[in-house]
Amino acid sequence: MSASPVADAIHAAKAAQGGALIGYLPIGFPDLEQSVEAAVALVEAGVDVLELGLPYSDPVMDGPVIQAATQAALVAGFRVKDVFTAVRAVRERVRAPILVMTYWNPVLQYGVERFADDLKAAGGAGLITPDITPDSAADWLAASERAGLDRVFLAAPTSTDERLRLAAAHSRGFVYTVSTMGITGARTDVDAAARTLATRLRAVGADPICVGIGISTPEQVHDVLRYADGAIVGSALVKALADGGVSAVASLAAALARGARDTPSLAD
Amino acid sequence: MALRDGEGPFFGEFGGRYMPESLIAALDELSEAWQAAKLDPEFAGELAALHRTYTGRPSIITEVPRFAAHAGGARIILKREDLNHTGSHKINNVLGQALLVKRLGKTRLIAETGAGQHGVATATAAALFGMSCTIYMGEVDTKRQALNVARMRLLGAEVVPVTNGSRTLKDAINEAFRDWVANVETTHYLLGTVSGPHPFPAMVRDFQKIIGEEARAQVLELTGALPTAVAACVGGGSNAIGIFHAFLDDPSVKLFGFEPGGFGLDSGKHGATLEMGRPGILHGNRTYVLQDEDGQTMESHSISAGLDYPGVGPEHAWLKDLGRATYRAITDDEAMQAFRLLSRTEGIIPAIESAHALAGAIQLGHELGPDAVILVNLSGRGDKDMETAGRYFGVLDEGGAEQ
Ligand SMILES: Cc1ncc(COP(=O)(O)O)c(C=O)c1O
Repeated sequence: MSASPVADAIHAAKAAQGGALIGYLPIGFPDLEQSVEAAVALVEAGVDVLELGLPYSDPVMDGPVIQAATQAALVAGFRVKDVFTAVRAVRERVRAPILVMTYWNPVLQYGVERFADDLKAAGGAGLITPDITPDSAADWLAASERAGLDRVFLAAPTSTDERLRLAAAHSRGFVYTVSTMGITGARTDVDAAARTLATRLRAVGADPICVGIGISTPEQVHDVLRYADGAIVGSALVKALADGGVSAVASLAAALARGARDTPSLAD
Repeated sequence: MALRDGEGPFFGEFGGRYMPESLIAALDELSEAWQAAKLDPEFAGELAALHRTYTGRPSIITEVPRFAAHAGGARIILKREDLNHTGSHKINNVLGQALLVKRLGKTRLIAETGAGQHGVATATAAALFGMSCTIYMGEVDTKRQALNVARMRLLGAEVVPVTNGSRTLKDAINEAFRDWVANVETTHYLLGTVSGPHPFPAMVRDFQKIIGEEARAQVLELTGALPTAVAACVGGGSNAIGIFHAFLDDPSVKLFGFEPGGFGLDSGKHGATLEMGRPGILHGNRTYVLQDEDGQTMESHSISAGLDYPGVGPEHAWLKDLGRATYRAITDDEAMQAFRLLSRTEGIIPAIESAHALAGAIQLGHELGPDAVILVNLSGRGDKDMETAGRYFGVLDEGGAEQ
């Protein structure tokens, strides 16, 4: 197993503060320059790992907030090559590892090998792929292996144990634990299903595991980090950026990071 | 291997299952239920009985000599899916899936719809089986097929206008997938065409292949021979694969699919996925897709809501690459002229979707000559299109529709 910058960052955050905070923002929203500023601000506010989204025309796993932002990025002229520009620009300023969250067709059209090479050259750590599973991803498994990139697959409450094993065996960086049956968007309750799924993932050897979808408050981050290694926040950050710009997203990130730091490092 | 034996997940290099993990369990459950049902004579019996007593199958064939006189004199025979209950071929697939849903114990149906025909068929099945029903329909389509929106609501379905993206069929499919992810425990996504992730392309094909199986026997009985060519319109491709399938291993029978050419292929405003697209992934399967250089799906255009889709079923992508079927584009105007021609020469008002196949048959008649026998899938009736057609010809024939 080759080293994973993302797993390292998560383990380090866990040792230092009880767990990692992972923040999602789309690239190119509201424009390329400000998306870079916002990503840098997240890290400066205490986000441990960045998840930068590649805007796509048909985002079936995304709720209204992220749909609106990625649609706006596309209307504003986002191009796939902007991903590498943005990753490079963020990495020049902050050290947190960057995963690109992307639906599969844009990578396929760019060329899987070429995308892997260009992402690696830009300083990216790997990909989160919401609409392909390990059993449909032979070309990405090969390319990520060759280029030394992390690859994060999803695990869902409805996944069988056999499929959890598949996700655990093929993921590197972390396993994305889908908290609830649904699409991205803030929820008042993060499902009890998340805790059950995290336990099932541990049992099949997944490490580290991070929980995402629906997490929007410092309290939810705090709760999730009692049983998971990382908490992923998306829509709430995107909404803050859309409503109040870079300063608003930075202050939300700082509050979320306090939620992460308050976590006792011994899980109860 | 016979061409008819394709069972998925892959048709050549096309098809597959590129889907969020959250939906894999439901797709596996559906695949298993379908495999079991295929071997179960009771399932086949139930579906056949419904088709006999509810759909009105077998649908008849009608030879249309007055229309054919405008097509180089070839014999033209229509397979009358327009006479099915609810007005199109969509009911064939809907009743099949609804029976499966009963076996799965789910109580809610969701579906996408473009022209509204699939939505109407799904709402109908929900009423018949006592299930609840939500239909996603692009906002553009709720306007141009307003009559079908009213039909769905009368049948007790909730119709949700989809306002994101291009506000047409592809966005309705996205929205249906989002609903399904959140409600998969109680809900079945009754996909309306031979697209989407496995098992949908093969399963929907199996529910639609009855069209070609009936028509092959009916044409043989009428003419004593197989047809020279078979023509159908292609949106997602379900009526086309439905009529093609029985003929796939009859090499003498030429197969033609007609895609929406919109304002013309040069205009950039069309839905001619197989002619102008390139392979990619859309809605869970690898197929031809209308997409830009970056792999962003492009907006399709067609006067016909049911064909206005930038993807196409993977089995068609395979048949195209094999050279077994030929796909061509028919412009909005060619389709509308054929729409009016069939109405005036034969007293049959086709759906605008089906009018693309009729326009294609006129071309084929001229090419293949008077000895040819052309079987056309008349996939639906035009009642839903009266407003579009009225406006279309009102504009063209300003002041006198009587020329
Ligand atoms: C009458 C009719 N024909 C054809 C189609 C296109 O679908 P498909 O290509 O799946 O047959 C539709 C879709 O709404 C339709 O209503």
